[in-house]
Amino acid sequence: MRKAKNIFENIDYLSVILYLVLVFIGFFNIYASEFNDDANEIFNLSKRHGKQLLFIFISSLIAFFLIIIDWKFFFSLSFLIYALSISSLILILFVGKITNGSLSWFDFGSFRIQPSEFAKFATSLALARYINLFSIKKFNFSKTILCFGLVLIPLLLITIQNDTGTALVFLSFVLVLYREGLTENVLIFGLSIFLLTIMCLILDFFVFLIILFFIVSVIFYFLKKKKKNIINILVLFVFCIAYSYSVSYIVKNILPKHQSDRIMVVLGQKKDPYGIGYNVIQSKIAIGSGGLIGKGFLKGTQTRFDFVPEQSTDFIFCTIGEEWGFSGALIFISLYLALLLRILFLSERQRSNFSRVYGYSVACILFVHFLINIGMTIGLFPVVGIPLPFISYGGSSLISFTILLFVFLNLDSYRLQILR
Amino acid sequence: MKNSLRKNVVALFFISVSIIFLVKLFYIQVLNEEYKFSAKNNVLRYDVLQPVRGLVFDRDSNLIVSNQPAFDIIVVPREVTKIDTTVFCNSINILKVDFIEKLNSAIEYSKYRESIFEKQIDAITAANFREKLYQFPGFYLRKVTKRIYPHKNLGHLIGFMGEVSSKKIKEDNFYIKGDLLGVSGIEASYENKLRGKKGMSIRLVDVHNRTQGKFNSGEYDTLAIRGKNLISTIDIELQNYGNQLLNDKLGSVVAINPKNGEILSLVSSPNFDPEKLSGKNRSNNYKKLINNRTKPMFNRALLGEYPPGSTFKIINSLICLQEKTLNVNNFYNCDGKYFFEKDRSVKCHKHTSKVNLSDAIKYSCNPFFCENFERYFNKFDSSEEAYKNWFAHVTSFGIGDWMNNDFFSGRKGLLPKADYYNTYYGKNNWNSSTIISMSIGQGELLITPIQLANVSAIIANRGFFYTPHIIKTIENELSIDSNFTNKKFCSINKEHFKYVIEGMFDVVNSKNGTAYNAEIARFNICGKTGTAQNPHGDDHSIYIAFAPKNNPEIAIAVFIENAGWGSKWAAPIGNNLIQKYFELKDK
Repeated sequence: MRKAKNIFENIDYLSVILYLVLVFIGFFNIYASEFNDDANEIFNLSKRHGKQLLFIFISSLIAFFLIIIDWKFFFSLSFLIYALSISSLILILFVGKITNGSLSWFDFGSFRIQPSEFAKFATSLALARYINLFSIKKFNFSKTILCFGLVLIPLLLITIQNDTGTALVFLSFVLVLYREGLTENVLIFGLSIFLLTIMCLILDFFVFLIILFFIVSVIFYFLKKKKKNIINILVLFVFCIAYSYSVSYIVKNILPKHQSDRIMVVLGQKKDPYGIGYNVIQSKIAIGSGGLIGKGFLKGTQTRFDFVPEQSTDFIFCTIGEEWGFSGALIFISLYLALLLRILFLSERQRSNFSRVYGYSVACILFVHFLINIGMTIGLFPVVGIPLPFISYGGSSLISFTILLFVFLNLDSYRLQILR
Repeated sequence: MKNSLRKNVVALFFISVSIIFLVKLFYIQVLNEEYKFSAKNNVLRYDVLQPVRGLVFDRDSNLIVSNQPAFDIIVVPREVTKIDTTVFCNSINILKVDFIEKLNSAIEYSKYRESIFEKQIDAITAANFREKLYQFPGFYLRKVTKRIYPHKNLGHLIGFMGEVSSKKIKEDNFYIKGDLLGVSGIEASYENKLRGKKGMSIRLVDVHNRTQGKFNSGEYDTLAIRGKNLISTIDIELQNYGNQLLNDKLGSVVAINPKNGEILSLVSSPNFDPEKLSGKNRSNNYKKLINNRTKPMFNRALLGEYPPGSTFKIINSLICLQEKTLNVNNFYNCDGKYFFEKDRSVKCHKHTSKVNLSDAIKYSCNPFFCENFERYFNKFDSSEEAYKNWFAHVTSFGIGDWMNNDFFSGRKGLLPKADYYNTYYGKNNWNSSTIISMSIGQGELLITPIQLANVSAIIANRGFFYTPHIIKTIENELSIDSNFTNKKFCSINKEHFKYVIEGMFDVVNSKNGTAYNAEIARFNICGKTGTAQNPHGDDHSIYIAFAPKNNPEIAIAVFIENAGWGSKWAAPIGNNLIQKYFELKDK
């Protein structure tokens, strides 16, 4: 057992410091994006930066509490937490409140909670516990299906809530499963499907066919010309055509207009500076106008004067880019990457696969947020509303990511005791 | 695949995504300038501060063009709520259809930005409107200045203001759409002096176009600098008197101070009130003026082209004297007709038959000048050579070419080149007889009143002139354009002038002169009448004069359209004007 006096000796302080630095970068940028010439006191609870300060305080209390608690609490309650989380996701379908087109908030008067934020934590725990249950290095088919099931249930429930962004985050568990031994073919398959999807959307269908035919011919040339291979390749070819045809059909005819438009804007197939592309253009203008060294703290005109929508939540990176420039963005991304790699490093030193799987889940969830959020502000990803962990304004988001991270830091501090 | 390798794959994936982000960020933040430009467009609003236009005074410091506060109504369509349009329209006197049309065009321009709803409403209407302004959210009043013309008949001289054309905006980046600029007269020719310098105030706005403060605390703001005041050469009282003299007539009077080329008055009748061409009824009034049969918008003094008639005999006499084909002591016997071909003749009017040069000018004897024109031609080997030499002399009087005065518009008149006759009749197939009407100022010859006034000034000066100009002094400038202060000589030597001036003196002061008037003898006026044959109607009545005979101060040209003999209308009007000039001077 960990002795009480060792509690704070075994904590990974590098992670805690990185966490704190990022949280305060977030706070100051929220302050900057809300800044105007009147009412600028830092402790103003009617303003977002004031509230964020309160959330930071609450998060710190929770973090402290999570550090001193015994690790067995999470280990043994994993499935219960998961079950509670799934129930809340189901419940919200009936009593939730619609915000920005998503049915994803519980409303308690002035206080609102978004259960999908906590579902990430619950799913991570459950997945880690499930893999730990069998402690098998190699996946067999039925276990794989069950692992995917654990992930897919919350993913589908959140998709029903029309919160595509959060649902996408659950794809991060594929990376976790890959680390735990899922065949790399899954990744290759995923990547191929991704490329195929983009190609069929941006290329003329006829050109697409020619390119596809060319690739297939090259593969065929290098393979041994056995009868079996020929049939395989033909099947693949037909599958590709059928897949891409259905993708373009879905995007153009079945998806809601705003979603297909967002995809087309990112792929450069559609220009619409005042409509669907407005967010991305204004966000790129804000970031681009920052230049090499930025305009300086509180001097960003684009974000302060509301040209960038949602500048304190989903588009908080614009404030960083505009006021701190490329050098600021470079430091920020390096810090973020440092935290991600630190978590990976900590995960790898765990003796138990419960802690390791959980750690990987934390890193990958944070990473997918990072990927989608910054990707969309600089026009590399469609606009899907998900926050930048620790940085974006929002209590649910900050608290849930704090829980996610500090539970792992707790597990890490017990790494010498958790053996299996 | 080993787990350690898989670990690295995940880490590598994280790192490569971060690198892709940084590359993209480097591109949009450091390499691409477009986003910085767009950012400025987003937040910076450049407010133009209109300068106050310069004033114009006459030579005795009477204000002839001034400014008066007026108001533009500005609208920001986004802020407009449901208002009582009837009250609105009544208070500024517009129709409801206009209201809707104006508001729609403002909406079309921008819902968030301000546009001008109504231009230059006067102070009284604006005061009424201001009282009701609280009922009309989204509408504002902006103080501007309006041009005021205290004298109602100076339209030709001062000109008027009009909205800048898109062509002009392209040429001169001073202007933006909706600006006013001088269209004619002094307003146009001294536009660059009068307009001043625009100021600029740069402010920051948010996404709803709400002002958020000054850009860099106003460091880049500039104030508007008012336009320069001008002092005109015009004597407003003489000008008004000239207008009265030409009341109900078609014609023009130009009076010049021969000592310096300053235009003392420039009258073209009928006239128009420049104020009618500014403000709300502009287009209606403009239509009326344009459709008027008497063409009040046509500046006859600058643009009217007439044959100079007998006034041109002075120039021909001077050329013959210079070329020594005319002896002032020789007498010519006029028998009332001059046969330049066997059966074609130029007629004369009754006068004593024996005439020398001064007599010929006094009586305006046609045959005398025909005869001398032929003599002059006979001096040369060919008609073409003679004509070219003659052409050069005439040109030196500023005839047939641009005057380069400081008016915005003008005409060259017409002085045909020798080639014209070569083409028309065939080379060597024409001679002095062919163009004999040139000797008495008819034929192809055309001249504008201001050109003829300048000829009058040249005679008064005995051989030189200053280009006529309308502006005497520009505020804060040491001198006017050197083109107006350089003495220019004509090709005739000074000594020849006294003979023609004797004749011109007799025209006014000798009992049988064509413009005799005993009452004005004390002014020592020298003049010459002219009657220009007009193929479209009655003859034009013409007169040139200067006074006093020695050391002249004023030189004039008068044209009265379709008024018959020069002695009938033009000469009395001209003499009257000169008389007025001296009366004003003595006052």
